[in-house]
Amino acid sequence: MRLKRKDLLGIEELERGEIEQILSTAESFKEVSAREIKKVPTLRGKTVINLFYEPSTRTRTSFEIAAKRMSADAVNISVSTSSVAKGETLKDTAKNLEAMRPDCIVVRHLSSGTPQMLSKYVSCSVVNAGDGAHEHPSQALLDMLTVKEKKGRIDGLKLSIIGDITHSRVARSNIYGFTKLGAEVTVCGPPTMIPPGMERLGCSVTTDMTEAIRGADVIMMLRIQMERQKESLFPSVREYSRLYGLDDAKLKGAKDDVIILHPGPINRGVEISSEVADGPYSLILDQVTNGVAVRMAIFYMLLGGTREEAQFK
Amino acid sequence: MNRLVIKGGRLIDPSVNVDGLFNIYIMGGRVGTIKPADRDTTELVEGAPGLEVIDATGLVVLPGFIDAHTHLREPGFEYKETIKTGTMAASSGGFTSVLCMANTNPVNDNASVTRYILDKAKAEGTASVHPIGAVTVGQQGERLTEFGELKAAGCVAFSDDGVPITDGAVMRRALEYSMIFGAPVVSHAEDPRLAGAGVMNEGAVSTRLGLKGIPNAAEDAMVARDLSLAELTGGRLHIAHVSTRGAVELIRSAKARGVNVTAEVTPHHLTLTDEAVSGYDTFTKMNPPLRAQEDVDALRGGLKDGTIDCIATDHAPQSTIEKDVEFDKAANGIVGLETAFSLAYGLVEERILTLNEIIRALTINPSKAFLLNKGSLRVGSQADIAIIDLNRTWKVDPSRLKSKSKNTPYGGRTLKGVVIKTVVNGSVVYDATKENS
Repeated sequence: MRLKRKDLLGIEELERGEIEQILSTAESFKEVSAREIKKVPTLRGKTVINLFYEPSTRTRTSFEIAAKRMSADAVNISVSTSSVAKGETLKDTAKNLEAMRPDCIVVRHLSSGTPQMLSKYVSCSVVNAGDGAHEHPSQALLDMLTVKEKKGRIDGLKLSIIGDITHSRVARSNIYGFTKLGAEVTVCGPPTMIPPGMERLGCSVTTDMTEAIRGADVIMMLRIQMERQKESLFPSVREYSRLYGLDDAKLKGAKDDVIILHPGPINRGVEISSEVADGPYSLILDQVTNGVAVRMAIFYMLLGGTREEAQFK
Repeated sequence: MNRLVIKGGRLIDPSVNVDGLFNIYIMGGRVGTIKPADRDTTELVEGAPGLEVIDATGLVVLPGFIDAHTHLREPGFEYKETIKTGTMAASSGGFTSVLCMANTNPVNDNASVTRYILDKAKAEGTASVHPIGAVTVGQQGERLTEFGELKAAGCVAFSDDGVPITDGAVMRRALEYSMIFGAPVVSHAEDPRLAGAGVMNEGAVSTRLGLKGIPNAAEDAMVARDLSLAELTGGRLHIAHVSTRGAVELIRSAKARGVNVTAEVTPHHLTLTDEAVSGYDTFTKMNPPLRAQEDVDALRGGLKDGTIDCIATDHAPQSTIEKDVEFDKAANGIVGLETAFSLAYGLVEERILTLNEIIRALTINPSKAFLLNKGSLRVGSQADIAIIDLNRTWKVDPSRLKSKSKNTPYGGRTLKGVVIKTVVNGSVVYDATKENS
């Protein structure tokens, strides 16, 4: 099954059926990673470029492993943003990469919208591996897969996303994904970290952590960037942790079968305590495992088969 | 002496409340006589030497437009625009005078730069160029420039446009000192700390796109400060590119109190909202940013009730080097001279503004705000004229713009109102019929 689109740029533009297709494809690929020989020949001869303008270990490695397990050739490019200072525009970079005839460019960039712009400049597929505070579709897909595995469904669940909502692409993609699949999403954080009009994305908004925890089936904690302190978004790590950090005491108000997600990397003792991160409700490492399967599914559904089979939007 | 006769057009001149069919006789670059077309018995000898007759039947004849806010980019950024290409863009948009901002390189903060601009304009320009001098040396916001020398060299106003003057005391002194010369201080009203690293309007759209927002308060706070300073000093203040409903309200109440303030709005802030940013098109990135519909409505209301005096383009040419990059990194601004009238006329077609209101905002009002003694076709005035076909449409093709830069968000749009001829000082400087179409 191939997606009827050239690129995976965000969850916002996906239909429910497409999300479900990706998730079920990912489920079937999980088995590959459990094999002795973790490789299928499906994408042999395809070239994937991982174009990372922002430091990343987990996501880049996950995409690379996913490509290799599908037998595609993966090339990693870490671009220092200084190429712009040299006068090369994003368009130039895109055209140069395209001239090497890749089948897919996986791009991460600290500026929102960059994958969208890139996709207009190249004819190969573009996968958004996180753009600024906009979207991180593969993360949301792996989160949905993890919840679906554990809970058996997403429809009707309550998800609370807690932390720096303003700067979180993970929050945005998950709001779109989970609400499309029938979940109720609440975002929670200090008012300095909740941007205007957030509810228009389809979620509820609260600044009350107790309220966000109570009744939630899934709690997703977001990484807090220490630099935000300088922007006066919170007065101190200590106070942030007291008000919005998830620890055992706060978790007492949660449902008995609550599950806890975190996109990583975690700041132990800041937004999440070690006991909670390593505790029985935490699915943080399952997320990482599922990340590979989801990305294999994304490659397969964008690059698998011949181009002519699919009708691009 | 050359004579130009514009026959049979509908002359609309808000400065003298004229709207009717007239024949206009121009001699020596000035409006000689104006006669009602139906009672004019003057016999013109076709083909007489030095006589040019323009048949304006079915067209409107207007005082040439005055743009209070143009970036001509020369000297220093000739790869974006030159005085030659910028004034050609002005002419094809019906503008006969442009006020050019000081953020060139070097900055227009001394008379030698002013003279360079004026010499270039005289030699190569197709529109009158009125430089605006910097308020502070190097636009650094610290030391006042020599207003007297700049004024004597030809500057008509002072502005650090592009860079807000953050030090209130400097702004106060600028408003006071400029009173010697009667020249307005033009404020780019923005609190840079509140604007922060914002790249678009702060609101639901920036939240969705994950782009950093610039809140309305960044403009409102600075407009409030500058209005207080204008009130304190009695100085002459002009607020550039008003973009927020709050600023409109502040200016409205200041005017009611008698504060010496004028204001301008751009065609893009009148016609686009931040929704336009949705595709991350860097041609929708400008400062101030495109705002919400409530702001657009307030700006239109402000123009209608006279709170906002002028429609000014903030024509800001940028090359592909500045625009074919990530949204965060892209330079601000769009070109505006060639689309300004048609965009404003679109609001007339939508019955939001009247034809008279937009012409006023493009002609006599900027002339009054900057004491130019232009923007009128009363007998004896300089013959700066725009002749326009209000019934014709055109499709914006960026590659065909006269401006050296093509950064317009209106590419592909069909607009109504085509500039047919532009006359500066009695000479035709732009003729659409001679453009290869």
